[in-house]
Amino acid sequence: MTKMTLKINGSDHTLEADPNMPLLWAIRDLVGLKGTKYGCGVAQCGACVVHLDGDAIRSCVTKVSRAEGKQVVTIEGLSKNNDHPAQLAWQQLDVPQYGYCHSGQIMSAAVLLREKADPTNQDIDDAMAGNICRCGTYLRIRKAIVLAAELQKKTVKQG
Amino acid sequence: MFWRQSYRKRLSNKGDPGKIRSMKKQPKKLISFNIRAATALTFIIFITAVIASAFRKKEYDPTSAVRFDKINRDSVESAKAFLKVYSVLMSPRCMNCHPAGDVPLQGDDSHLHTMAPKRGIDGKGVYAMKCSNCHQPANTPGLHTPPGNPNWHLPPADMKMVFEGKSAHELAKQLVDPKLNGHKDKKKLIEHAHDGLVLAGWNPGDGRTLPPMSHKEFNKAWLTWLEKGAYAPPKAH
Repeated sequence: MTKMTLKINGSDHTLEADPNMPLLWAIRDLVGLKGTKYGCGVAQCGACVVHLDGDAIRSCVTKVSRAEGKQVVTIEGLSKNNDHPAQLAWQQLDVPQYGYCHSGQIMSAAVLLREKADPTNQDIDDAMAGNICRCGTYLRIRKAIVLAAELQKKTVKQG
Repeated sequence: MFWRQSYRKRLSNKGDPGKIRSMKKQPKKLISFNIRAATALTFIIFITAVIASAFRKKEYDPTSAVRFDKINRDSVESAKAFLKVYSVLMSPRCMNCHPAGDVPLQGDDSHLHTMAPKRGIDGKGVYAMKCSNCHQPANTPGLHTPPGNPNWHLPPADMKMVFEGKSAHELAKQLVDPKLNGHKDKKKLIEHAHDGLVLAGWNPGDGRTLPPMSHKEFNKAWLTWLEKGAYAPPKAH
């Protein structure tokens, strides 16, 4: 066990953990943030996506030691008031069915929207192909990303 | 000493026109002294350098054993060695990251990578689908988990370095063409056999087959191919 400090959603969390522990366990079980989900455990489904220094990494295969000294953002820290354009679009279009995969979906979509403000259908496919939804809400996810891009543009204009 | 004596002589000769002729000979002595001094100095520097080099720690230089000269060329042996190299390059451990398209290949059957991650401009993926999002700096333990390397990537979009679908003839020609091989000359090609991502082919993670020969054998064939002239096998191969 090693003592380490993780910066998650802007706050420092001092933990005692095996450096090989998956970051997902540290986030859920040691820090207590349950919004990030365990899906497959082998980086195949995308339910566990969090941001590590801005990249949409799979926390189920990322060792907690890789996150030391970096900024971790989970679904709980994506926005202050759950008002990230992707979160607003997801709510407006009522995207989730039973919702287990959607924190990962939104975290991946947020990276796409940051890197490509006006994504095409191809961009959406390229960015989201690693996030699986067993309810098959893909069409609503696509619509929500398009809407989120529009909301983001409005926010930028207003800002 | 010589210099001091000649200098004194020159001072004592001052104002004596009868000795002017003998003064004219002095620069010759100075020149011969300078030559002797320079020779001695060069010798001392040479000996110092030789002794110093004997104590220097030698680092492994894969290029040191290779001689690129016309006498050493052998098209038959070179092409024969390349066929061994080719068997490794076309194994899934190498070819999967040198696909014909923009999606990497995966598994021992070299199927398209699930989730269809894209190459991107720098070969490191796009948006939320960057290679290092799943591929960690080291292999993730267990079957069906992502293999790892700190530098995991495909060749970049402007230099795709495709292996998939290439004959031995085509691939050999591509590998020695700096416009198609990542701007590598022969020295860099030799070094590339020891690149971390190339070596990762022999440490592929659980459940993946190894290339058809050891890295040592591969490197030997690679060096032979290059040393003997980097000849391409005939088009039939």
